[in-house]
Amino acid sequence: MMNQEQRAHLLRALAKNVRFDGRKALEYRQISVEYGISASAEGSARVRIGGTEVIAGVKMEVATPYPDTPNQGNLMVNAELLPLSNPKFETGPPGEQATELARVVDRAIRESKCIDVHKLLIKSGEKAWGINIDICSINDEGNLQDAACLAALAALKDVRFPKISEHGKVDYDADKTDEKLPLGKEPIEVTVVKIGDQFLVDLLSDEEEAIEARLTVAVTEKNTVAALQKGGQAPLSLEELDKMVEIAQKLAPTLRKAL
Amino acid sequence: MTEEIVVQDKEIVVPGEKLAKGMSFLPGPGTYRDNDCVVAQKLGMVSVEGKVIKLISLSGKYLPKMKDKIIGKVIDVLMTGWRLDFNSPYSAVLTLKDATSDFIPRGADLTQYYALGDHIVCQIVNVTSQKLVDVSMKGPGLRKLRGGRIVEVSPMKVPRIIGKDGSMVQMIKDATKCDIVVGQNGLIWLDGDPSGEVIAVKAIKKIEEEAHLGGLTSRIATFLEKETGQKVSAAVQGGAQ
Amino acid sequence: MTYHKRFDGRGFDEIRPMSAKVGIIPRADGSAMFKIGNTMALCAVYGPRDLHPKFMQNPETGILRINYNMMPFSGHGERVRPGGGRRSKEISMVMQNSLLPVLNLKDYPNAVVDVFVELPQTDAGTRCAGITAAAMALADAGLEMKDMVCAIAAGRVEDKIVVDLNYLEDSHEDGCDIPVAVMPNSGNITLLQMDGEISREMLKEAIKKARDACKKIYDVQKAALKARFAQRE
Repeated sequence: MMNQEQRAHLLRALAKNVRFDGRKALEYRQISVEYGISASAEGSARVRIGGTEVIAGVKMEVATPYPDTPNQGNLMVNAELLPLSNPKFETGPPGEQATELARVVDRAIRESKCIDVHKLLIKSGEKAWGINIDICSINDEGNLQDAACLAALAALKDVRFPKISEHGKVDYDADKTDEKLPLGKEPIEVTVVKIGDQFLVDLLSDEEEAIEARLTVAVTEKNTVAALQKGGQAPLSLEELDKMVEIAQKLAPTLRKAL
Repeated sequence: MTEEIVVQDKEIVVPGEKLAKGMSFLPGPGTYRDNDCVVAQKLGMVSVEGKVIKLISLSGKYLPKMKDKIIGKVIDVLMTGWRLDFNSPYSAVLTLKDATSDFIPRGADLTQYYALGDHIVCQIVNVTSQKLVDVSMKGPGLRKLRGGRIVEVSPMKVPRIIGKDGSMVQMIKDATKCDIVVGQNGLIWLDGDPSGEVIAVKAIKKIEEEAHLGGLTSRIATFLEKETGQKVSAAVQGGAQ
Repeated sequence: MTYHKRFDGRGFDEIRPMSAKVGIIPRADGSAMFKIGNTMALCAVYGPRDLHPKFMQNPETGILRINYNMMPFSGHGERVRPGGGRRSKEISMVMQNSLLPVLNLKDYPNAVVDVFVELPQTDAGTRCAGITAAAMALADAGLEMKDMVCAIAAGRVEDKIVVDLNYLEDSHEDGCDIPVAVMPNSGNITLLQMDGEISREMLKEAIKKARDACKKIYDVQKAALKARFAQRE
């Protein structure tokens, strides 16, 4: 935790638009995306934003549709903040941070209709594809949220449908087909943060200690907003919220370029 | 029986690797004797001094040592003092009597002196076998660090960051106009103009990466010149490479 | 039945292609990646550090705590439900026992060295890959180690002794899987497990072959550790 004087020191630096690593307030670190990093998954990707590294894997299965949505496939997004990636993370079931991370990515993908779950149907009420996206943090140097969403999206793009055996289940031993997932819009998450009266993006772990409020905005390629999540203890005015959405829209192409 | 050293000076070796054969060679720090051989006991750089073979550690946690000046963070305020975290498996205690020459009245609010989250430069005055550590604030240069920022480096690299007689860190201070305090435990405090701090941190990280390679001082001087756009004099002639 | 040719065409003593890298997780005190065929293990070491709960502390020495986990998408078939389970617990424990013999943690009373092993993709030989990666990560963390530890699985498939079984061989109904961990400089064995059925003669031969194969694994570990500090231009 930062004390008052250290906070004041940070605010003075931000006032001059110089962050701890020399970046400007609205500048992202270097972003890279690698596809197909897990031979066991039906689709996978690794995303690096600066030193932060996250991987995502997609497993597909043939399942029964949920009773209240008999004509849709199933989609689930899970995240694990692995103790591998940060000395503060513990083993055990996902805590608050991991759960929030997964749900915000889930909303972006689901609400933007990134995957048209109706196209996943095999037989109404009986069989549909189930898609499981699992996101794992590998090295946490800040901004896991944006990296997680990008990794999930990249993993979906990497997916190739597996073959279905004669029993109607997935044949994991056979080679995958060439068929890709029918993807709709592609949401990119940008988390905009308020420290003092400055807006910043892509925070380092050290900077994350000083966050007053944050807004994660999922932006589609049509520049519409697909999901929102406000965090942090300080309130935000309507003007601030609007400005933060604007920043997210302006910066989403930077991450999208890396795909 | 051949007596020979089978590795080069400054070679990087891994645990279990044979360094020398023969009883005339002595196992220094980081090595051990296995039958008639001297063997590496960690990942490190070979350093041969006469018949003594030792390893220079390239990584590892800080182990508290008497008289070391360290930077600690207050994590608890006790009845009789403060508990500090100093980036080690163990915490340190600063008692009232070692905290200041001023008289602290009974029942005083100790957070007036050092509060949670404060960083202080202190000196280790006692380490028990169970690694309980006592520190003192009484001594030159020991003080509370106000504001500024803290970066962490591997404690093994601290000697290179300080340099011979402090020459390396002084060079960085002069070039970046930052106040810098280096703790033996690998915590470094900086305070200066934001852009100066960024350059200082980059220089420190560069030393950390390249500490085991030669020509370090001139490389850092060149780096500082490039970043600040100003001439830098590598303070020491010869001295630390 | 006779096992003429291995499912993937390798020689019976041939190890799958390997690669390793040290220092892949900058946040950790030590870290390493080890890949053998399609099995990849990532390992991060945090410690020595403060140990909670307090009752686990040992005033005479630091302790080693290993946590082995497969990522949900790393299994050969369906998704693996997160949360470990009994298999992960057992593997964590045998991994601990395979690495403790080389470690000296006496300088760290009451502290813990936490080792986290995660696998993004698997094709048998996971605990061996984990041990191999963990040994590199522990060395990278600057801990005192008498020797490295390398591990590989040997075994029997029908009538042949094979080295480095892949999933198809490991799951073959007439066979035997024998993970072995070795201290390369002394040849001493720190992990030995077996499931399947095998004669005493074949068992001895399998362990010997595993130990020999570990020499190649040691070379990979050495190279990766030294490369960590290689000259940069």
